[in-house]
Amino acid sequence: MTHGLQATLRRVAPQLMILAAVLLLNVIVFPDFFRIEFQNGRLFGNLVDVFNRGAPTALLCIGMTLVIATRGIDLSVGAVMAIAGATAASLVADGSGWVTALLGALAVGVLCGLWNGVLVAVLRIQPIVATLVLMVAGRGIAQLITEGTILTFVNPGLIHLGAGTVLGVPTPILIWIGLGALITLGVRRTALGMLVEAIGINESSSRLAGINSRVLLICVYLVTGFCAALAGVIVAADIKGADANNAGLWLELDAILAVVIGGNSLLGGRFSIVASLIGALIIQSVNSVILLSGLPPEFNLVIKALIIIAILVIQSPTVKHALYILRASAESAGVDTPAASASAPLAKSTETAR
Amino acid sequence: MIRSTHLPLVVTILTFLAAFVLCSGQYPAMMSTRVVANLLTDNAFLGIVAVGMTFVILSGGIDLSVGSVIAFTGVFLAVILRDTSIHPLAAFALVLAMTIAFGAAMGAIIHYLDMPAFIVTLAGMFLARGLAYVLSTDSVPITHEFYDVLQSLYWKAPGGGRFRLTGMVMLATFIIGMVVAHRTRFGQNVYALGGGAQTARLMGVPLASTTIGIYALSGGLAGLAGIVFSLYTSAGYSLATVGVELDAIAAVVIGGTLLSGGSGFVAGTFFGILIMGLIQTYIVFDGTLSSWWTKIVIGGLLFAFILLQKGLTWATTARRKPLIDFAAP
Amino acid sequence: MSEDTRPVLSATGISKFFPGAIALDSVDLTLYPGEVHALLGENGAGKSTLIKCLTGAYRRDAGSIQLDGEEISPTSTQESQVHGIGTVYQEVNLLPNLSVAENLFLGRQPLRFGFVSQRRMQREARRILGGYGLRIHPAEPLSTFSVAVQQVVAIARAVELSGKVLILDEPTASLDRDEVEMLFKVIRQLKERGLAIVFITHFLDQVFEICDRATVLRNGRVVGTRELAHSSQTDVVHLMLGRQLESRVQDRAPQTAGKTLLEFKGIGRKGMLEPFDLAIREGEVVGLAGLLGSGRTETANLIFGAVPADQGEAWLRDQKIALTSPRDAIRHRFGLCPEDRKTDGIVGDLSVRENIILALQARQGWFRPLNKAKVNELAEAYVKALDIRLASLDMPIRFLSGGNQQKALLARWLATNPDFLILDEPTRGIDVGAHAEIIALIEGLREKGMALLVASSELEELVAYSTRVVVLRDRRQVCELHGEDISTRNIVAAIAQGHLEEVA
Repeated sequence: MTHGLQATLRRVAPQLMILAAVLLLNVIVFPDFFRIEFQNGRLFGNLVDVFNRGAPTALLCIGMTLVIATRGIDLSVGAVMAIAGATAASLVADGSGWVTALLGALAVGVLCGLWNGVLVAVLRIQPIVATLVLMVAGRGIAQLITEGTILTFVNPGLIHLGAGTVLGVPTPILIWIGLGALITLGVRRTALGMLVEAIGINESSSRLAGINSRVLLICVYLVTGFCAALAGVIVAADIKGADANNAGLWLELDAILAVVIGGNSLLGGRFSIVASLIGALIIQSVNSVILLSGLPPEFNLVIKALIIIAILVIQSPTVKHALYILRASAESAGVDTPAASASAPLAKSTETAR
Repeated sequence: MIRSTHLPLVVTILTFLAAFVLCSGQYPAMMSTRVVANLLTDNAFLGIVAVGMTFVILSGGIDLSVGSVIAFTGVFLAVILRDTSIHPLAAFALVLAMTIAFGAAMGAIIHYLDMPAFIVTLAGMFLARGLAYVLSTDSVPITHEFYDVLQSLYWKAPGGGRFRLTGMVMLATFIIGMVVAHRTRFGQNVYALGGGAQTARLMGVPLASTTIGIYALSGGLAGLAGIVFSLYTSAGYSLATVGVELDAIAAVVIGGTLLSGGSGFVAGTFFGILIMGLIQTYIVFDGTLSSWWTKIVIGGLLFAFILLQKGLTWATTARRKPLIDFAAP
Repeated sequence: MSEDTRPVLSATGISKFFPGAIALDSVDLTLYPGEVHALLGENGAGKSTLIKCLTGAYRRDAGSIQLDGEEISPTSTQESQVHGIGTVYQEVNLLPNLSVAENLFLGRQPLRFGFVSQRRMQREARRILGGYGLRIHPAEPLSTFSVAVQQVVAIARAVELSGKVLILDEPTASLDRDEVEMLFKVIRQLKERGLAIVFITHFLDQVFEICDRATVLRNGRVVGTRELAHSSQTDVVHLMLGRQLESRVQDRAPQTAGKTLLEFKGIGRKGMLEPFDLAIREGEVVGLAGLLGSGRTETANLIFGAVPADQGEAWLRDQKIALTSPRDAIRHRFGLCPEDRKTDGIVGDLSVRENIILALQARQGWFRPLNKAKVNELAEAYVKALDIRLASLDMPIRFLSGGNQQKALLARWLATNPDFLILDEPTRGIDVGAHAEIIALIEGLREKGMALLVASSELEELVAYSTRVVVLRDRRQVCELHGEDISTRNIVAAIAQGHLEEVA
């Protein structure tokens, strides 16, 4: 157990360092950043806000991490959020209770995941193409459900999911941390995590070793649909209405970035959900530091883009390879062969990814 | 004689013709030069940017940054025309140079750093949008007499349709795009790259300059689309044209181009644009149908064309390769 | 072809070293204009390395290449093309999405006012292809044509670009009889035009049909060059497989095979493997012999369900079973160590430990993970039993040497406690020490009562551990050797002649 914890810590150390640096920036521009107050039975503070505002991206990147681990991608999660939010809102509008609404929304999300999964795993359509269909059509479907309006609701149970608190902690925080922990344990305490990694690294070998890669792939997209639906419900609950046009807009891109910042390769394989979640927090903290710094908000995106480009370039195959060779040559000559053998599969994997 | 590569193009054209006949059967008023002229004018910027996207997708890549580049171009023009006395033509040249350089830089990163086009252009999308915000977060109106001159250039067809300059620019872009794709060595290299980068390299295709050229072209056409868009709206707004990259990709795919690259036609994209425009026009004419049907129908068309292409690929490869179909996704 | 003409290409003393291995050891090759020269040898003999040195894909470490009497040193395939050496590979190196004409002219399209002239390009293409007796529409995309036509287009491009030496690397591997005939017509025509053609193939019949001379490589050395008009197939096979071919008495265990475990009846797949019958008993090693492309790997894949059979049936312990996927096979306690370890065997970035337990875990199901202690115990036990040398069980398996990877794959299957193990080229590309260990392992498993099917190109190895040897040729079983008949000499004869009659 402690061994596993240590391994996780070692894995997420770079992300934690980046997060610490960004949080430090937050403190520099706003010394009271870490102050948390308890008022009216609710925790208040900038740090709480980072965790709270980051909830949708965090939820999305849980599923996205798994999809990317299989060498796939899911562009439709933002649209699925809109569909799920619209479903929940229209269900309570029709008089259902919040539990029915939540379950209905989650079911719709899983259905969307099934659609994507079948396209990818059975019809063998490239994931980026397959999920594009729902990305384009999804918002239309959501608008169909809400009939083009922002469908508002007053159901306290549903609103509680997005704006309420449990023991003073905002509900979204509990939900994303809870689901993150659940799925992390779910994949690491079972064989799922390893099998997902195996099909992402080498599907042919995995199939020959007896892994049911087709069903596993579909399941991964189901999980992504589920996470997206949950995020959609939270976003809708937070604004007490389903906005089919804007709910989750471009959030799929944030989620993919969070996964990549989390050090997970877009070429599939080894993954860490925890690292992706920290990636989501990093993105939210960057937003926060720009907000708190008093810099005009219009700089938000440029700074974000530059930070992201820097992180991506550091992680690019060419730069990584160059660093590897540098390190290998800096050490003794005896390390020569592993360096050579390491570079070959690297070159191969980038080739096949094209 | 219809060749298998032409089949998606033929299907696209037939889809358009059938849709047009159906629509005008229901609303005879749609069969007017006015509607046709508006179809061209309203979709001019989208068409121009889709030409660039066609090249990118033909080469097996993707460019997510174009919508942001259009917005940036518009804001840049609006701000520079407001704050300086530079002539719009000079401003056009300046902004085109910038967007071409921007695209070329992304192409260079993709090639030399060996990074996926998806991620590089995603970062480019944030950067371009961010730069637009930095210039101005408000919508900046463009008031310049030269703009008025350009906007008043049109050819009035019998029936009242006004074929405006911007629509003509789009048509010209398509024609030039077709010539470049099929009649130049660069165009052939783009197809070669989409057919397989390694093989193309072995056959002597210069990968670096082709990749950089493709993204520079896409960036430049996004710049041109931005100019056209600013003529269309007489303003520059950093929140404009969000998601245009998605529409452009959809038009390219509906136009019969394979998203995995190597197969497709610039002409197909033109009809893809017309189909998407037609759907919107129909919904306007109908009046009772809601706008979201556009997205659903386009999504459905997208799916149909992806399936069609998948079927064609299967049909052509299954004949010769009976072995192991599960290999690489 | 006549000996008194000057050679068009003469390579002398070509050597190429890889870290820790000599790929080519002072190889000579002489080509005369108007000859078809076969380059023969089993996998790893150095054929492709030699070709790569000639075409500039590799830098040779020693030796010289003279083309038309002039020393050349190409540094890229493009450069060798300019010199006049063109190459056509089995997996046609053209772009399937471009038209035939565009493929022929990519990079040198005829221009008119700076624009590519499609019309002239197609006219030219039609003329060139017509010269090969090919009357096709050059504006059609290449992918709509059969591999044979693509092959000819590739040859036409190579000849247009080069025109002195043409290297054909396994051009007939995926062609049927008529297509081979068509290709041979083209080759004969080029021969008449005075080109020197290097022909690489594993089909000996074709070698004798089309080639004038053959150079045989083994372990990076030339073991002989023959005038084919004056040699026999057996002679050439001997050269290729080599070593001590005297049928020495092997220290083989007697055939104490047990009950019939598996029976395949008429199992096959169209275009891949002719239907065959095969019974495998417990405690028996069935060897699969044959040259490359004879159907060894195909047999292994078919039996394991990796490529499902489209005819015939399989019986396990007198019960009919379905083998439509590897999962079916594994459920019936089969295991397969595939020929290509890198692409079909190891999961490179997973640790050695995870690779060892992968199949067992996949069979156990997703939600019943093997507990950590058990995993460690298993992995450590196999590392010890098979003597897998590694720094840590946590290291990614791709960092292990070939031999150790193979042992880890064996461990993966042994951990599932299989009844039937298929090994495809178990000793390919691994060093001598590990080689002997794996052979000993196969013996050990057989003694424990396991049934094994081993496909290998190493005949001595097959002779050493097989209780029965099935010989394949042209994707069909041609003969089966039992007991005392199992000798390298007999296997060679069967491979060469397709039957056992003339064996002395």
